[in-house]
Amino acid sequence: MLDLAIHHRQGDFTLEAELTVGEGLTALFGPSGSGKTTLINIIAGLVRPTQGRIRFNGTTWSDGTTFLPPHRRRIGYVFQEGRLFPHLTVLQNLRYAERLLPRAERREDLDRIASLLGIADLLARRPARLSGGEKQRVALGRALMASPKLLLMDEPLSALDGALKAQILPYIERIRDDFGVPILYVSHSVEEVARLATAVITFDKGRASAVGRPDEALATVLHASGGLPAGNFIEADIVAHHPADGLTEARSAVGPLLLRQTSLAMGTRVRVFVPVSDIVVATEKVEGLSALNRLSGQLVAIEEGAGASVTLTVDCHGQMMIAEVTRRSLRQLALVPGKPVHLLFKTVSIAPDALYREARD
Amino acid sequence: MPLLTLTSEEWTAMLLSLKVAAVAVVFSLPLGLLVAWLLSRREFWGKSLLNGLVHLPLILPPVVTGYLLLITFGRRGTVGAFLDQAFGLVFSFRWTGAALAAAVMGFPLLVRSIRLSLDAVDQRLESAAATLGAPPAYVFFTVTLPLILPGIAAGAILAFAKSMGEFGATITFVSNIPGETQTLASAIYTYTQVPGGDLAAMRLTVISIILSLGALIASEFLSRRIAARVGTA
Repeated sequence: MLDLAIHHRQGDFTLEAELTVGEGLTALFGPSGSGKTTLINIIAGLVRPTQGRIRFNGTTWSDGTTFLPPHRRRIGYVFQEGRLFPHLTVLQNLRYAERLLPRAERREDLDRIASLLGIADLLARRPARLSGGEKQRVALGRALMASPKLLLMDEPLSALDGALKAQILPYIERIRDDFGVPILYVSHSVEEVARLATAVITFDKGRASAVGRPDEALATVLHASGGLPAGNFIEADIVAHHPADGLTEARSAVGPLLLRQTSLAMGTRVRVFVPVSDIVVATEKVEGLSALNRLSGQLVAIEEGAGASVTLTVDCHGQMMIAEVTRRSLRQLALVPGKPVHLLFKTVSIAPDALYREARD
Repeated sequence: MPLLTLTSEEWTAMLLSLKVAAVAVVFSLPLGLLVAWLLSRREFWGKSLLNGLVHLPLILPPVVTGYLLLITFGRRGTVGAFLDQAFGLVFSFRWTGAALAAAVMGFPLLVRSIRLSLDAVDQRLESAAATLGAPPAYVFFTVTLPLILPGIAAGAILAFAKSMGEFGATITFVSNIPGETQTLASAIYTYTQVPGGDLAAMRLTVISIILSLGALIASEFLSRRIAARVGTA
């Protein structure tokens, strides 16, 4: 359990955070320059906060009088740029932390980590001869080999292109699920956070807000971001399979959902993504329409968008959903805040497979 | 080939030069590393003064440096008298004095080269090592030091070459005693001052050129080899 309350000044920039972080992968989410990396460096001990305290599992890492240097914090840190040691081979990089640990404290096994991350064939190489994706996997392995009690990751995928990201995401999921080490993950990508996070800390202009559930932080993505179009995240539990129709039924806060059939067990929690472009808005219950998913709610806000469309915010049983309609539809349907509306979307349009995810809470 | 055959006196001068230069470099290396590290990584009161002091031998007339050494490290100099009494270490008119003079004259080159390579080390690698559990000294020996090896090698060889050629400070401090303090440079000077010494002076000059050029080439080669080995090239 990481527990901190800090106030840090760095030139004109002020960072304030008061947080408690537990198990699972906690994403530090926010735009660049909002203080995410600074906070994670403070937690690592690479930056000394001007004021405040940090405690981890009952040990004080930093307060007015004590400051535990980074090498005594038992962390693993995966940096944005990898930071592999250029003069050592992959194997030596992986073993670097091991030699500093008493034998009894060594939890990880080199072979297991190398095969988990798919780097077993690279052990003899030097970092200069690795590709970007390989470098980041070795950096992950090096941090894990330190048998850390807390894993910090600072945008570990941001230097990679889309295809490579997709290759490495499953490894991070595995680390999250198999190692049982709390992870702090800095990201400004909605897609990564949606896929990986079990909790989210949102950042805005140097202020870190309380830890929230990912669905609260992510519920709506107003603008296309990192390969993901604007849309809505809905957390749902699998409640039934309908093999005859090839469908799976899930229950969510916004109402029942029908998904394409999956092999997930009953009760599994999934995160479903519905892009705004797939949502049809109706003011009355519609009959004779093929769309299987029908959510009802109340229009709360209308926001001018670019071009012909406007963005609607709809309150569906407490969760905000966004949808888009053209200005003409807005006029014809006489949409005004407060009006009850229905949101319709097809089953087939739900969730690219990549966004299905088993949350472990 | 009497033209190229060295007399025993000339041999002695050459071997003495090599010994003096080697000892000068070996003993000044740890201090040079420390000073370079302080100048590169630490902010402290008097940093510019230290930097100036290190570089002083580069800009002072060598004879001034030699004279300063004489009055501090000579038998009657404060430091010299103390070292003589406490450790029996005598510099004046000994080859050890020549080594001291060579070390002082080569020091700025040594420090400069190491400092430049320290400045070039990506300090983010050092913080990465710290997050992996490495205490500062361990970080220095496993990350910093291997990465600056090319700079250390280049600096050491430059200082060695400078020591081989050192003349002014040496002759002022420890004079020109054959077999004790007569290095290659002072031997050449001696031969130019006596009638019929031209041939000997020429022979030693050729040797001097070969040694210096060899040192420079070795420095280049070594730097490149090490750079390739530590993956910085």
